[in-house]
Amino acid sequence: MAIVVKRPKLKWWEHLYIPAIVSGMRVTLGHFFQIVSKKKKVTMQYPEEKWDAHLPEHYRGAPALVTDEQGRERCVACQLCEFICPPRAIAIRPEEIPSDDKWAKVEKRPKKFDIDMVRCIYCGMCEEVCPEQAIFLRKDYAITGTSREEMVHDKGRLYEIGGVRTGLVNKWNYHK
Amino acid sequence: MSDLVDVQINGEWHQFPKGTRMIEACREVGAEVPHYCYHPKLTSPGNCRMCLVQMGMPPRPAPGAEPAQPDEDGHVPISWMPRPVIACANTVAPNMGIRTQGELTENVREGVMELMLANHPLDCPICDQAGECHLQEYSVEHGKGEGRFREQKVKKPKNVDVGPRIRLDDERCIMCSRCIRFMDEVADDPVLGFTDRGSHTTLAVYPGRELDSNYSLNTADLCPVGALTSNDFRFQMRVWFMKEINTIDTNCGTGANITVYARQGEIFRIKPRQNNSVNSDWMPDSHRLSFHWINDEETRLTSALAKDENGNHQVVTNENAYAIAAAKLSKYKGHEIAIIASARMTNEELFMVKRLAKHLKAKIVETVPRTGEADGYLISEDRNPNTLGVKTVLGLDDPGSQLESIKDDIKQGQIHALITLQEDLITDAGFTDDDLAGLDVLISSYPCANPTAERSDVVLPGGCWAEKSGTMLNIQGRLQRLNKVTDGPGTTEEPWEVIRNLQQALGGGNGIHSHTEIFNQLAETIPVFAGVKFQDIGDLGIPLVETDETLPLLEREKERVAQGLIVG
Repeated sequence: MAIVVKRPKLKWWEHLYIPAIVSGMRVTLGHFFQIVSKKKKVTMQYPEEKWDAHLPEHYRGAPALVTDEQGRERCVACQLCEFICPPRAIAIRPEEIPSDDKWAKVEKRPKKFDIDMVRCIYCGMCEEVCPEQAIFLRKDYAITGTSREEMVHDKGRLYEIGGVRTGLVNKWNYHK
Repeated sequence: MSDLVDVQINGEWHQFPKGTRMIEACREVGAEVPHYCYHPKLTSPGNCRMCLVQMGMPPRPAPGAEPAQPDEDGHVPISWMPRPVIACANTVAPNMGIRTQGELTENVREGVMELMLANHPLDCPICDQAGECHLQEYSVEHGKGEGRFREQKVKKPKNVDVGPRIRLDDERCIMCSRCIRFMDEVADDPVLGFTDRGSHTTLAVYPGRELDSNYSLNTADLCPVGALTSNDFRFQMRVWFMKEINTIDTNCGTGANITVYARQGEIFRIKPRQNNSVNSDWMPDSHRLSFHWINDEETRLTSALAKDENGNHQVVTNENAYAIAAAKLSKYKGHEIAIIASARMTNEELFMVKRLAKHLKAKIVETVPRTGEADGYLISEDRNPNTLGVKTVLGLDDPGSQLESIKDDIKQGQIHALITLQEDLITDAGFTDDDLAGLDVLISSYPCANPTAERSDVVLPGGCWAEKSGTMLNIQGRLQRLNKVTDGPGTTEEPWEVIRNLQQALGGGNGIHSHTEIFNQLAETIPVFAGVKFQDIGDLGIPLVETDETLPLLEREKERVAQGLIVG
């Protein structure tokens, strides 16, 4: 259904637009003089200054792998994130955890875990699909590199960004 | 018609031969009956209880009562039994009724699923079976959706090393006993069994023994869950990422039907594919695991090579390689040239060899025989997949018999040029450096780096069995299709393209653009193939040549079918 928008009926002096221009310039020039006289600051000196403290809790930055408080790498290389990833940014090769490892009972871990940050669209589906609470979108947004290879985050880099995360469900630690 | 019985399935009347299992009758008319322990090639112990269906028979009249009168179709009303029966071990009977849907069957399936899942671990993220697991599939289709079991799950041995190629996880086992029956009935090596019967029932290997039969990996295929998994494929790739290509095994003359699982050009595993005329549902481990060299780019030939004036191999483009080879060959007369082809080649490639030999007027065309011991199951004595094709297409009565005379002719200077296709003469045909030293020109094509290629003037990379399409004749005379799984590495071409391009460089004309075109020419010129169309071969092949070869495993299976032990 179409909605008819009522146009305001302008007075003759409003049709001239001069009062509107004057009031607009008053605001602009007001700011201009405040900045010139150094009474007010409106720009942020990025990257020396950052907005990071104001990022909301649900901010979706770079995806990263996490370890838990017992130092176990959470990822078991189930490859569900690789499957769900819309731009196919993730590439995983699983491997068996050797029998002399402390976490041998988990049996499986990623041998290779690459996220191509040129491809990543920060959608967060990998975090949503993960059955092991192993991958989270962090607040890192400034992902830069000078080559395509540099933009691929490998397993080491992902754990470095992810760090330790506490308060997760530890199904492997006690009940297995 | 007297041995057909009328059976009502989900309200519709059908006719089946007497003795048909209820589950097979339902499958035939498209009524799905979920099952774990039942397998048509194994006996039916009926222990998983997943195939419970509602059954009814004609009512039995009370003493003195009138028996029920048949309607105009001759059917009497069915009186349904209050308790379900298993469909896998019961056979159909006249005027029987089966319901695979409805409240009773749905409730019992939910109940069976709930009990099976009560002790099943939540291993899906690490379990190799995920994605092709019957427990996952049926719990979605027939499960309750929630568990009421709040107690601790039973702990059983995990990650047990039961054999060189198989890993066992007892917690995942649902006690269907398919693997036990397979090892007992098909592989004749009954090493598996259940111990600690009760809540702690555990699948175990006989003390002091290992699950080391050459058919052990079939148990991993049979396992409906992830209890038995292949060591070779363990944690390599998720099944849903892989492309499945139906082709045939080329390790021996049996030509077992297989499915190759590959992702992004890399082969991850091979599984047998059902063909009741060739390999039933099985294949030997030795053949299943012999694909790893294909993925190994270190040993593969990835580009054409030609020797420079100093005798060192230089990488050249394929076009240049053919031109160099043609220039070298054109110096010699037909009787100075010999061609050694391979019984690993498809009929199409052999046809191209024949065409090339005719063009060159080559004196001798020969192939290299390979034999081994037959194992009394599926492995045949002939380790070449297409010996019958060599006999049929090339017309050789006794392949390999002229190899010695080729050696002599080279020594005596009668043969100056040798073309070897898909064979490594030094490793496989008993040629020595001295034998080849007498040659002026040696041209070879092979998938891998090899000693013969090292001595060749021109090396042309030709794809292996997974990198080409065509047809082969197995020892039973069955025409089967070989399908391309991936492209070869580098500038590798399919062997029939190699031969065509070589002949084209020799001025032999082109006119062939696909392997099906070659097959059409084959059907036109070779009487045995007359009238066969490529599309008629299909996935299961067609019998083409009469032979008296039989496969022992199939014969034993036929006996068990005749005895009524298995469905087949």
